[in-house]
Amino acid sequence: MLHFSRLKIFSIFIVILFGLLFFLPNFFKNEISFLPNKKVVLGLDLQGGSYLLLEVDSKPLFKEKIDAKAFELKKRLRSQKINYKNFNIQNSEILFEINIEDKNKINNSLKDKKYNPKIDETSNEINYSINETLVKINFSDPYLEKIKKNAMEQSLEIIRSRIDELGTREPTIIAQGDDRILIELPGIKNPKRIKEIIGTTAKLTFKFLAKNDSNPNSYDKLNSKSGTETYNIDKQLVLSGEHLTEAQPGFDNLNNNSVVNFKLDSFGSKKFAYATKNNIGRRLAIIIDNKVVSAPVIRDAITTGNGQISGGFSVEEANNLAIVLRSGALPAPMVIIEERTVGPDLGQESIDKGVISLIIGFCLVILYIFYNYKILGIFANVSLLINLILLLGILTFIEATLTLPGIAGIILTVGMAVDANVLIYERIKEELKDETNILIAFDNGYKRVLSTLLDANITTLIAAFVLYFVGSGPIKGFAVTLAIGIITSLFTTFVLGRFFVSLYVKSKKGEIIKI
Amino acid sequence: MINIYNSEIKFLNHYKKFYFISILLILISIFSLVNKGLNLGIDFKGGTIIEMQFEKSFSANKIRSALLNQNLGDIKVKEFGDNKTFLAILEKKSGDANFIPSIKSSLVKSLNMEINFRRVEMVGPKISKELTQSGIYAVLIALILMLFYIWLRFEWQFSLGAILALCHDVVLTLGAFSIINFEFNLSIIAAVLTIVGYSMNDTVVIYDRIRENLKKDETIEILDLINNSINETLPRTLKTSITTLLALIAIYFFGGEILKGFSFALIWGVIVGTYSSIFIASPLILIFKVKRDWNEVVDTTP
Repeated sequence: MLHFSRLKIFSIFIVILFGLLFFLPNFFKNEISFLPNKKVVLGLDLQGGSYLLLEVDSKPLFKEKIDAKAFELKKRLRSQKINYKNFNIQNSEILFEINIEDKNKINNSLKDKKYNPKIDETSNEINYSINETLVKINFSDPYLEKIKKNAMEQSLEIIRSRIDELGTREPTIIAQGDDRILIELPGIKNPKRIKEIIGTTAKLTFKFLAKNDSNPNSYDKLNSKSGTETYNIDKQLVLSGEHLTEAQPGFDNLNNNSVVNFKLDSFGSKKFAYATKNNIGRRLAIIIDNKVVSAPVIRDAITTGNGQISGGFSVEEANNLAIVLRSGALPAPMVIIEERTVGPDLGQESIDKGVISLIIGFCLVILYIFYNYKILGIFANVSLLINLILLLGILTFIEATLTLPGIAGIILTVGMAVDANVLIYERIKEELKDETNILIAFDNGYKRVLSTLLDANITTLIAAFVLYFVGSGPIKGFAVTLAIGIITSLFTTFVLGRFFVSLYVKSKKGEIIKI
Repeated sequence: MINIYNSEIKFLNHYKKFYFISILLILISIFSLVNKGLNLGIDFKGGTIIEMQFEKSFSANKIRSALLNQNLGDIKVKEFGDNKTFLAILEKKSGDANFIPSIKSSLVKSLNMEINFRRVEMVGPKISKELTQSGIYAVLIALILMLFYIWLRFEWQFSLGAILALCHDVVLTLGAFSIINFEFNLSIIAAVLTIVGYSMNDTVVIYDRIRENLKKDETIEILDLINNSINETLPRTLKTSITTLLALIAIYFFGGEILKGFSFALIWGVIVGTYSSIFIASPLILIFKVKRDWNEVVDTTP
């Protein structure tokens, strides 16, 4: 155990050199030419920033889809001359009654690939049951999954483009699970604006206000943006936001209010021109997310495809609205279900305190070890220092994120790394009691302690792995430092420390060594 | 002072007394956990926490009463580190963009002071439920995996002994958090798992020695053998505990408020873990009657 081949010695130094190479750049502000250009990645709790977890709320989307399906179905039933009654939608299920003699007809109609396409080998878009005269229809689970998946993909895209427009520094935006989006925004102290922008579905529609003599079934009551007024809005859609090609914040020439100017595509322009030409004098409501933003009176036919949304916006509100309209509407609303924001001052304070406690903890441990083991203690301490360098070097190399619990993990590793040294030295002490040959005693010490060392560290490693896979965020950072710390400490104590000790023991040439 | 190198402490001879103490402590812990429960942080309960800093010293009561008329549900405000920094724990949670800014502006208005919101955390009910679940899973999975590992490496008596000792540590740690009303959050779960790893580490070292001695000497009384094993490893047990504690104490006193609960859990865990390896895990080997015949069976079939 005390013999080291040249190759081994060489490899040990290569490993240390490698660790040092990646450890050092962390201490320089500027890039150093001969060092790798990498620094340890600080978690949001240390560098400051905002972490947001969003969830796609698919329920409104499912409802929208089933409403559309019901509308299509009614049209079909009418064209096929099937009489139905008590048609309604409950808990995303279409229910209606038919005459018993139409049973086959309806069965064929619902089987029709045009109405009920296959979505994979085993399932169709809808499931239905006909019980005597009662027909029940709902979407199949695979289809709902598909809707959800599409919504998720679109949402991710739209959220990305919205956040990009804000010019945020290095945002991370990734899907998590099948209905969540995780956003990390380093350096953001107050995520209000971002929350506004991702919290807006931005479903834009243009609809006319109902005429005074309209049938109450032909309009909906919608609130104004401020919530103070209610409008009767025709159900009939004039135009929806997907025909927008451009949206820019601007100012109204007349009273200098903030507005959003938009441009429509050619289809939208034509439709808009047609609708406005025939309804001069009526009020056209501009509706965003079911709230009436404004309802200007149409004075002229608008044929250019250009329009303006005014609604008593602040400059920021107009900017935000332009961004969300440009990126398009989210297919489904998003809800923020978790937020963690740390200001940069607190982050810096955490780093400072972490480093101070690391230095103090390290010094205490070093003194204690030196007091206990004297010269061998120095070897242990040097190994401990190199352990720290390797640990940070590897963290930098694999681009692991260092969090506050991660720093605590490093300090804890310092304490626990000593354990391996203590185990070894105590064992050698025992061996020295019965063995007069120093070399053999040392050799036995290392040999016999190995299995204990492995057993003890593997159990801690198990804890670290479980933490990594089950834990979240900062806890993952802790698990990573703990796991790497265990491995580096095994290397520094059992390999490097042993190398130092072997040099020392050999230099003593059999003299009595007291520990 | 006892010389730890030549100690012949009869650890096991009084193990019933220690079991009595431990069982009593466990009962107290369980009683407190059932009746008082844990002071769950927002990670597990949902809610909002705001760490706020004032320019000069201020009082938690004033902040509390200023928050009270904002309709935020249950409100707790406490000093956080110094008397300029406070932690407000609110029952209400909302992903609305104006939620936090409106709290801030009305607080600034009613207290008439500049306030720096240094940290804001909001956890919705769904997430807190998931975090609770994953926390419980994490501890259980870790326990099972370790049980399995020890069972592979040792006899079943060791495996069972180690796990019972670990459960002892976990219950006492949870109990301590319940009794002193420390906030129990996600990082405490990490601490509990680290304690589990550490305590296991400690137990394994003693068990390894017991096993080694069992192989060496088949005639010695098992009680003496275990006592000897604990005594032989005592220097290591103490020194490792002390160095780990030194590192942890540095975090506790200098690592800042956020790490206080975490390092407290670890300090408590190291003490309990060290105690349990000696006084709980080791006597269990005696109780479970470990096998004495450790001769390797040599396969003599030609």
